Parts: sequence; structure tokens; C-alpha cells
Amino acid sequence: MSKTAIITAKDVDVFYGDKQALDKIALDIPEYKVTSLIGPSGCGKSTFLRCINRMNDLVPIARVEGDIRIAGQDIYAPEVDVVALRAQVGMVFQKPNPFPKSIYENVAYGPKIHGLAKGKTEMDELVQWALEKAGLWNEVKDRLDQPGTGLSGGQQQRLCIARTIAVKPKVVLMDEPCSALDPIATAIIEELIDELRQNFTIVIVTHSMQQAARVSQRTAFFHLGTLVETGPTKNIFTSPEDERTQNYITGRIG
Amino acid sequence: MTDLISPSSQLKGRKSAETRFQWYGRGAIFVSLLFLVVMVGSILTKGVGAFGTTNVAIEVDLGPDAIDPANPADARFEKIVKDALKTQFPEAKKRKDRRMIYGLLSNDMGFELERFVEANPEAIGGTATVWFRASDDFDAVAKGAVDRSLPEDERRMSDKEIAWIDQLTEQGAVERTFNWSFFTNGDSREPELAGILSALMGSALTLLVCFCISFPVAILAAIYLEEFAPKNRFSDLIEVNINNLAAVPSIVFGLLGLSMFLNTFGMPRSSPLVGGLVLSLMTLPTIIIAARASLRAVPPSIREAALGMGASPVQATFHHVAPLALPGILTGTIVGMAQALGETAPLLMIGMVAFIVDVPDSILEPATALPVQIFLWADAPERAFVEKTSAAIIVLLLFLVTMNIIAILLRRKFEKRF
Amino acid sequence: MATVDTNTPHDALDLVNSQRKKGVEFVVMAILILCSLVAVLVTVGIVLSLIFEAYRFFERIPMTEFLFGTQWSPQTALRADQVAAEGAFGAVPLITGTLLISFIAMCVATPLGLMSAIYLSEYASKRFRDFVKPALEILAGIPTVVYGFFAALTVAPLLRSGGESVGLNVSSESALAAGLIMGMMIIPLISSLSDDVINSVPQAMRDASLGLGATHSETIRKVVLPSAIPGVAGALLLAASRAIGETMIVVMAAGLAANLTANPLEAVTTITAQIVALLTGDQEFDSAKTLSAFALGLLLFVVTLCLNIIALRIVRKYQEQYD
Ligand SMILES: Nc1ncnc2c1ncn2[C@@H]1O[C@H](COP(=O)(O)OP(=O)(O)OP(=O)(O)O)[C@@H](O)[C@H]1O
Ligand SMILES: [Mg+2]
Repeated sequence: MSKTAIITAKDVDVFYGDKQALDKIALDIPEYKVTSLIGPSGCGKSTFLRCINRMNDLVPIARVEGDIRIAGQDIYAPEVDVVALRAQVGMVFQKPNPFPKSIYENVAYGPKIHGLAKGKTEMDELVQWALEKAGLWNEVKDRLDQPGTGLSGGQQQRLCIARTIAVKPKVVLMDEPCSALDPIATAIIEELIDELRQNFTIVIVTHSMQQAARVSQRTAFFHLGTLVETGPTKNIFTSPEDERTQNYITGRIG
Repeated sequence: MTDLISPSSQLKGRKSAETRFQWYGRGAIFVSLLFLVVMVGSILTKGVGAFGTTNVAIEVDLGPDAIDPANPADARFEKIVKDALKTQFPEAKKRKDRRMIYGLLSNDMGFELERFVEANPEAIGGTATVWFRASDDFDAVAKGAVDRSLPEDERRMSDKEIAWIDQLTEQGAVERTFNWSFFTNGDSREPELAGILSALMGSALTLLVCFCISFPVAILAAIYLEEFAPKNRFSDLIEVNINNLAAVPSIVFGLLGLSMFLNTFGMPRSSPLVGGLVLSLMTLPTIIIAARASLRAVPPSIREAALGMGASPVQATFHHVAPLALPGILTGTIVGMAQALGETAPLLMIGMVAFIVDVPDSILEPATALPVQIFLWADAPERAFVEKTSAAIIVLLLFLVTMNIIAILLRRKFEKRF
Repeated sequence: MATVDTNTPHDALDLVNSQRKKGVEFVVMAILILCSLVAVLVTVGIVLSLIFEAYRFFERIPMTEFLFGTQWSPQTALRADQVAAEGAFGAVPLITGTLLISFIAMCVATPLGLMSAIYLSEYASKRFRDFVKPALEILAGIPTVVYGFFAALTVAPLLRSGGESVGLNVSSESALAAGLIMGMMIIPLISSLSDDVINSVPQAMRDASLGLGATHSETIRKVVLPSAIPGVAGALLLAASRAIGETMIVVMAAGLAANLTANPLEAVTTITAQIVALLTGDQEFDSAKTLSAFALGLLLFVVTLCLNIIALRIVRKYQEQYD
């Protein structure tokens, strides 16, 4: 079975000041698949995720070394525009963070700044498409002009997903998207992630082993800033090669 | 065993020291608030009188001898009024007495009659009863502000004048009305005619200039310092600068305005333009500091959300962060404007201390401002100006209270947002 | 482990350039930087204009005479042909007058402001605080011209007649009246700054003292205040700088008599009051009289700046200590 890697990372080191948070990470992420990053708290999952759309640029003390390519292009090359990169690599955060504006404006904001829709009707269609994809359309179609912050937590997170995919990125990064949600909202989002796989490559950080097993095709296990093991999710959970992985999935560390 | 219930004498002393200490604290607060109440109260009681005015009805002869019906504008109106007064009080024959009866009415009596004739041309040719504004001394007697029990030489009004006033009062020719002209007149040498309109307009124009400069500059500076400035010595320099500027005495800003805007750049002296410029430099630090605080209060998740979907930092700031910080920035701006509205010293430096009768209608004309008007009136020798000053202070305080209430309401309305 | 083929070509992603208008953003940034530079420019403008005008003054009157002379009577010739002296420009009486009034003000405001702050932060119930703090803020929001009016028309005559009744001769423009009212004006400044300082003393220090059986007031006096002293000192310096630079109260209540005295019942004048007197009314711009106002302004600026810098340093150091 041959897969196409859309993201390739080699020798990625990240430092926060003097402290090294990631050590020589090499990871390939296949296209149109869900890849989950798991590992104990503080092992550097979020740090790695934030390298992929260069959100670490916002941390003044952070330094990223190594080579990360998306579709063959080095995203840390000097000529790369972070803004263009983030339009291609969207991100959904741990806590739902809709803009305190209307639902419609939340979704339309990305297409607007990137000039993806011409005219009102095209924008309306795009907003509807994104909300449908995020499984939110039926719940909000009658109150698009109400503030996004008035939705429930799970709805807000789906709104954030809709907002991200409205830009039609290649890759969607999700950092513990369900950790602030109840089990029912979580189940809805997991289902959603599975569907989004048709159109997007998804990288998800999660603390829940079950979630990783349910939604992802590939899993990467991080430990103390290193990538210990990566492979098809089935293999990682049934026959891990490394003892640390074994310990983690059986609950002995973490 | 030690007794935990009944305290030793040493403990009693410590307990009473504790009580005393608390009373010092209460006392300090009491004194401060008492001072506030006394100061505001004394100004209120002194000032309310100025919101009323006394009018006197005098019968004037507008016959052909006095006014030429073909050419009424040429009539000597003041003389007509004075003649009417002479007829009303025939006993005043000596020049000194004559001057006293003329002094019962305001110096404006000629104009008042002229205005009456213009409004009532049909009155020409006969006699008419016209309401004139009483002089400030008359007003004081009518209000009961003159102590009649004092010996004659210790009060402003002689027995004779008081008798005339009583006579007029008995005839029903004296009334007190709300003093609209206090709000519709400019400054005047005569207290009964002086009003605050020109000062109010001057203040409004000055604040307008001040707002138009300091609001955008302060917001943009705050945005730069809070959202974009790299951490280096240069940013530190700006930061220290702003903090120090906030504590520079206001009069120094006035000196800057005088030497720079007036003498170097040759801007018009006494104008709201220069006044507003100087005040804007002064309020800049206040607004910047408030704006930075409210930008800092915007949760970082909003910034991340925008950046994470490919908004540039400038877009993230101007589309999302700044609008959320706006209520806080506005609150700070209103507080800064209130500070500017009450500021006097720098305006004295740039000559906004002139005697302004006309209402200024451009930012280039000479003008004065409400607090400067207060300063000028406080210095005027006429007793009646004390009342005017207090009344002007009441108006100023009302404006300040209103502005602060708006600021508080804004803060209340928006603070529970995140 | 499944193999991953990294070499398969993808649709090329456009990461180099979007339709972003870089030029616009550059201009926006330039404007932002410019605006934050205004604050620096204002300071530079103040320093330059004061130094420039003061320099012209010191060309005529030696600086030593200005700083150490004890005679202040800035007369100018009334007519061009008059050979009258340029007047005497010894600033010492103004400096002592300023210090006297500020000293009286601080004597009034320090105990009242500090005790209010202590009571509000250590004893007062939340409801009491919520009522009193805004009330004190009102005191801070009243324009100083109002204080000046009250001082000149109510307090000064009161002191004068009060003094007379006990056989004291109080000047109608006494330093005492101006100082008292100025003290009232800076109470809210001292109390709000000290309030912040006292609140930032860690609760653990209080608990330790209370746990040893100290009463609340003993804890405040022996533990809280000593550790808050640097912060309180910073607050007092800021207040003193404010008092020295205050203009309207002294212009209206202190008068213009340049007496060299330490008697609070006599009339004194201050630097700010003289600046106003020199620069309002008719002025010829090149006379020593007018220029001396800028020399006074420079003196005022330097003194208050030093006080502010020291105060801000102390306060910042103090805050870092407990962060
Ligand atoms: N902004 C930062 N500044 C300094 N150190 C940081 C910063 N962000 C993360 N770190 C450090 O980098 C290491 C990795 O952090 P990261 O957030 O990537 O962990 P994580 O695996 O996502 O943990 P969690 O599961 O708790 O979210 C941690 O030791 C953390 O303390
Ligand atoms: Mg994380």
C-alpha cells in the first residue's frame, strides 16, 4: 500500500529559549488521511503541530530548525509568506474560539480576506457549503446573523471547523479539538472528522487513545520531545514496537 | 494555664490601639469626603442664584418726540429709557440720584428697548410697558442677598435705592425668571449680561480639535506598542517616555504650545486650534495607557484564531482585536477628554484668556474655554461675578459628571464580554 | 511499517505570494510607528523649546544669579526710551515658595491619603469600598480651577478672619490656604497609588504575622507598611511632583508676592504662578521678563522629571519584587 505524503518533516528541532522541546522529529503525513499525534502531556505534540502552519512564529522565544515541506515546498524558506501558508494549512484550537461576530461573518471572514468569493451570492454559497460540511447548517441556518459566541460549546467548535474549511485549505490541524466538549458533542465532531477526510488532510492532537483509534488512520507517538513510533493506527494500538508506546497505551505512563 | 477568655491589661491596650487605628482610617476618609461635600455644596449654593434673573417693567414714552416713526432706528433709545426712569422717580433730581436710578437697570437698556421696538413696531407713537433686565445690585436685593439690617455704609445699596426697589416691587413691576441669557450670551463686563455661550463654544471647538488628534494617534500608537513593537531598547524608550509625559505638569505643555505652535509655526494666538493641539499632546499619554490596557484584555485566542486562518497580523489586529478593545479605548478617551475639558493652565499660556464676547465659529478665531472663563470671572471685582463663577463651575461639573457617567456605563456594558 | 512515497508530485501550492497587499501593510506599519513616535517627539519638543528660550534668557541674566539670587522683581521698561533696569531675576523666593506650599500640601495629603488607603484595602467591606473609591475619584476629577476658586474665595477669607479672632495676622493670599486645598486635591492620587501598593503585599506575609498573634493594626504597621514603604515612597514622590507643578490653585490663591519666608501665614508665590503672571497679558517676546518664564519652565520640568523618573523606578522595582 503506497501512500502519498503531503507533509514531510525531517530533523525538526524546536527550542523555547534554551529549552529544547522537540528533538530530531522526522514524520511523513499522508494526504487525505487522518493522522493523530499522541503522547503524555508536555511531550511536544502541540509544538510540532504549530510548526506545520508556523504558529510558533508568534512565540518570540521559539526557534525552529530542520526541514518541513508541504507538497514538496519548504515552508520555512525565506520567500514563503506565512499568511499564504496559513491559508493552505488551517488550524482548529483546543478551546472553541469563534470571533465575537455573527455566525455568517465568522465563516465568511477567511474567504473575504483571501478573496475567495466574488459577490454576495458566491459568498452565501461558500458559507453554506462550509457550514454543511461542518454539520452545522441545519442548526444555524435560521440565525446566521446571531453571534457565534451564543452557540453551545460543541456548536462553536464546529463553527470553528467551518470557518477553517471555508478557506479550502489543503491541511487542517486540530489541537485537542474535543477536550472542552462533552461526549455527545465529541462524537459528532469525530464523525465529522471522518467525513472531512474526503477533502482534507487532517492532523489531530488528542489525549484520548480511543479517539485516536476511532478517527485516525495513522498515529504518531511522542515522548519527551522525541518521536518514538509512527505507523498505521491499528498497528500502534495492537502491536507497538517500542516499549514506551506499549506502556503509554496501556496507561502505565502519561 | 493561660487565660484565653479574659484579656490581660497588656492585651487591652493593644485592643484599644487597634480600635484607634481603625478610627484614624475612618476619620481620614470622612475628612476627605467632607471636604468634597463642603466644596461642592458651597459652590452649588453660591451658584444657583445665577440661573435666575430679575426683570423690571418700566413704562416708556415712544411718542413722536422720542421716536421718528419714519426712521425708528435713529432714535436715542437709551435716553428714552432714562427719561422714563426720571418720570417714574420724579424725586430723583440731583445728578447723583439720577445716576442711581439709571443704575437700577442693566447697561443694556438701550439695546433692549431697540429690540422691543423692532419686534413691536405698532408700539411706536404711544406709550408701552417694557420689561428691562435689572442691574446686578438690583438683582441681589430682589433675591434677598442684601442684608438690610446692616448699616447703610456697609452695604452696596443705599436706603434710597432699596426704597425705590421696594416701590417697584409693590407696583408688581418686578419679576424673576429663568436666566436663559446665561446660556445664550457671551462674556460681558456687566455681570447681569455675562453668559457662557462663547466659552462653551470655545471649549467645544477646542475639545473637537483635541479629540480629532489625540484619539487616532493614541489608538494607533497603542496598537503598535501592544501588538507589533519588538522588545528592544527603542520600544522601552517610547514606553518610558509615555509614562513620564503623563506626569509632566500641564503648564509645561502650555509653554511648548507658546514657543512652538505660536512663535515658531505662527499659528493663530488664542485659537481653539492651538488650544486643542496642546491639550491633545497632554491627553495622549492618558489615552495610550488606557488603550493598551484594553488591547491587552482581548483574549489571545481571538488573535490566534485570526492568524491561524491566514489573516495577516495587521488584519488580525484591525479586524478583530481593535474592535473588541474599542469600548475600553473609548472609555479611556472620554476620561482623557474630561481631563482636557477641565484643564486651564496651558490655555492661559497660549492666550485663550482673552475677553471674548462673540461666539467663535471657527477653530482659527480667538476664543476662550469654560474653565478659563471661570478663572477670569473669579478674578473680576464685581460681587455678582462670584455667583456667575459658581454657576459656570456648576455647568462645567455637570459636563464632567455626564462624561464620566457615559464612561462608566460603557465600561459596565462591555466588560462582561469575555 | 507501510512505506510512504514522498516523491509523488502534488498540485503546486502557492505559498510564496497571495493577493496580499504588502504595500498597504507596509504603509500601515509606518503610520503606526509614526504615531508612537509622537510621544517621543513631544518630549523632544518640550526639551528643545524650553532649552532654546531659556538659553536666550541666560544670555542676559547669568544662570548663577537666576539660581541663587534672592530677589525676584521682573520689571521691564515701560517705554522704549526708559533706562530702567531689567529687573531682578533671583528665583530663590519662588523655589522656597513652591516648596513651602507643596510641603503644606504633602503634610495634609500624606496622612489622609495613606490612612484612607489602609482602611479601604485592609478593613473596609466591599460595599463601603465600592462607595468610597468612586467618591474619592470624583475628588480627583474636579478641575483644579475649581479648587483654586474655592481656596481663594472661601478658604482664604475664612483663615484670615479665623486668624484675626485669635490675634494672628494671616495674609489674604496665605501659603496655608493654597497648601491646604492643594493637599485635598492630591489625596486621591496618594490613596489610589498606595492602595495598589498595599494590595500587592502578599497575603502570606499578613497571615504569618496574624498567626503569631499580632492584631490587625500591628500587622499593618509592623509588616505590611514596612514592606510597602518603597512603593508608598514612589507614590509620595509622584504626588509631590504633582504639587510642585500644580498651577491654577496657586495662581488663584497664592498671589504674586515673592517673599522669602517659611511662615505659612504669609503670602508667597510659586514658579507656576510666576510663569502665568509673566506670560499672560501684553508681552514683548524678546524681553528678559518673558524669557524668564521659560527658564522657570525649564527648572520646573527638570525637577518634576527627576521626581517622576525616580518615583516610576521605585514603583516598578517594587512591583517586580512581588511578581
Ligand atoms: N510558549 C512556550 N514557551 C516556553 N516553553 C513552551 C512554550 N510552549 C510550550 N513550551 C514547552 O515545550 C514543551 C512542549 O510543549 P507542548 O505544548 O508542545 O506539549 P503538549 O504535548 O502539547 O502537551 P499537552 O498535552 O499538555 O498539550 C513543554 O515542556 C512546554 O513547557
Ligand atoms: Mg498541547
